[in-house]
Amino acid sequence: MSADRAEIVDLATMPLRQLNLALHRLRPDTNQTLWRIANPRGRHSVAVGVDVPVTIEIDGHVGYYCAGMNKQATVIVNGNAGVGVAENIMSGTVHVKGDASQSAGATGCGGTLIIDGNASARCGISMKGVDIIVRGSVGHMSAFMAQAGSLVVLGDAGESLGDSIYEARLYVRGKVQGLGADCVEKPMTDHHKAKLARKLTTAGIAGIDIGQFRRYGSARRLYHFHVDNVY
Amino acid sequence: MIPPTTPRKSATFDDYTLSEIRRAAATGIYDIRGAGAKRKVPHFDDLLFLGASISRYPLEGYRERCGTNVFLGSRYASKPIELKIPITIAGMSFGSLSANAKEALGRGASAMGTSTTTGDGGMTPEERTHSSLLVYQILPSRYGMSPDDLRRADAVEIVVGQGAKPGGGGMLLGQKITERVAGMRVLPVGIDQRSACRHPDWTGPDDLQIKIEEVREITDWEKPIYVKVGASRPYYDTALAVKAGADVVVLDGMQGGTAATQEVFIENVGLPTLSSIRPAVQALIDLGMHRKVQLIVSGGIRNGADVAKALALGADAVSIGTAALVALGDNDPALEAEYRKLGTTAGAYDDWHEGRDPAGITTQDPDLFKRLDPIKAGRRLANYLAVMTLEAQTIARACGKSHLHNLEPEDLVALTIEAAAMARVPLAGTSWIPGGGSF
Repeated sequence: MSADRAEIVDLATMPLRQLNLALHRLRPDTNQTLWRIANPRGRHSVAVGVDVPVTIEIDGHVGYYCAGMNKQATVIVNGNAGVGVAENIMSGTVHVKGDASQSAGATGCGGTLIIDGNASARCGISMKGVDIIVRGSVGHMSAFMAQAGSLVVLGDAGESLGDSIYEARLYVRGKVQGLGADCVEKPMTDHHKAKLARKLTTAGIAGIDIGQFRRYGSARRLYHFHVDNVY
Repeated sequence: MIPPTTPRKSATFDDYTLSEIRRAAATGIYDIRGAGAKRKVPHFDDLLFLGASISRYPLEGYRERCGTNVFLGSRYASKPIELKIPITIAGMSFGSLSANAKEALGRGASAMGTSTTTGDGGMTPEERTHSSLLVYQILPSRYGMSPDDLRRADAVEIVVGQGAKPGGGGMLLGQKITERVAGMRVLPVGIDQRSACRHPDWTGPDDLQIKIEEVREITDWEKPIYVKVGASRPYYDTALAVKAGADVVVLDGMQGGTAATQEVFIENVGLPTLSSIRPAVQALIDLGMHRKVQLIVSGGIRNGADVAKALALGADAVSIGTAALVALGDNDPALEAEYRKLGTTAGAYDDWHEGRDPAGITTQDPDLFKRLDPIKAGRRLANYLAVMTLEAQTIARACGKSHLHNLEPEDLVALTIEAAAMARVPLAGTSWIPGGGSF
């Protein structure tokens, strides 16, 4: 990003409300397509509800719900992200260069969330179509009740991965501490390898041996309410 | 010959209990049904209005004005909403209800200048079109959650719980997961769909405050934000919702209906509506927020007297679900033959989750839901809302009130000690308010 073309916002002096309002007022054909946010200082709800194809680069750590419900925009966090980064993302891309806290990408319906570091518990909880790629590891109960989309983990996954999962696809390169209810390992076919390779390429990740990944998904035993399915 | 004694059935092991034991023994699974608590609990019937006397002037019934409007969301929202009557339609999803039923609710409510509420499953174009004021729910499942719909809504309701099942999630059986319902919820067609009991991205009151701030930021601080809780710890839940930044608290008692939950849950968890209002109002008073943060009460509201009593106890508005469905045509005795085929009877039909509703309301079966004419059903709902409002005004005028919000606890007495303790009004004919102390 060339700094001279970017809209510079310093959250040390500009109220968050003013920033989000400015982003919401952008028209689809805006020429203010590059935004650089300084001094987020863990502020919650930075760049939430954006619905235009702009790039927003945040220099520092953000609090809860950064880029929540994002549509179209590319949001880059040059730092760590708090709880619920990119929650309910609809489209666009959110890229966290550091670590992410709990519930990253929760209920995301589309778009892509990339986390270069680790993600904490419940990463991808109730995801509904988002693609999440975590270069590090994810915590326990990740992809809980995951409905659609994919969670790709280059590191390890914590306990109860994919508990009560529906149709989301989980790919883990490292160790899985334990699978949750109704989550099972599934064959990694050439079809799945090709899809995974495309997701990694889209995320700008190269040099990874696809053969190291294992795939997990739903055994579909909980799909019909029955006494034998009660936990 | 010794005279025989009359066969005596146990009060403890009554016919329903025995049938449930047999059903459980045969199936190995708990019973699921719709609606709210059916057990008898202290309710608004246990309260009476005193009316005017020498010390109080009544208002002329057909001539003097008695206001009914209510503003919701004036605490923080830049666009608070005004309801012409203090009776709203509770959250009921497309999925649990047919599209025709949702349309009818919208038509009826809009005709009376009040709001409807979405439900677990997202917003349909039909309900947005037919509801002049639409409250968009944010539920733990986030089925159908969309920022576009959030911005299209007139208000937002963050659902923490509901009266039929405080602390419980949901279940929509596969019979109702049609292609359209499944598409909106991003689920396979025909599976039994589970709804989580906890929100996926926040835990506890401090997180809720941050979540509310996020929703306000997304909607540019325009929309009123409600927080809905099932009645269990109403004093503390109301206080925490206020602390978290809610504009409106929605409090749902155990008689409040649900689309589907375990019978044991519905009947044994949560508080009766009557017992939950005063603690919630007291929390608002203690925080200096009564009438600033509005309180909507639901669960077993049936007529204008219930509306007036809830408002006299301090609520700003009420919400109806089950009663609205009955107004549309649910449990109509005219359908008795069909209810019999389902093993039930008009007035008792509660297997709303099975999708076989002969009234075409709690179903996704095209042959059934086309039975419900949304225009006629909407008119019935509007009529019913009008009657409730007139009834509440009648009582309020008799108590000398020029607005329903001027009703107060001093206008009420209780018929039973229990109701007196719960509603914190005197037992009729005495000055005795049992109970007391903190909540």
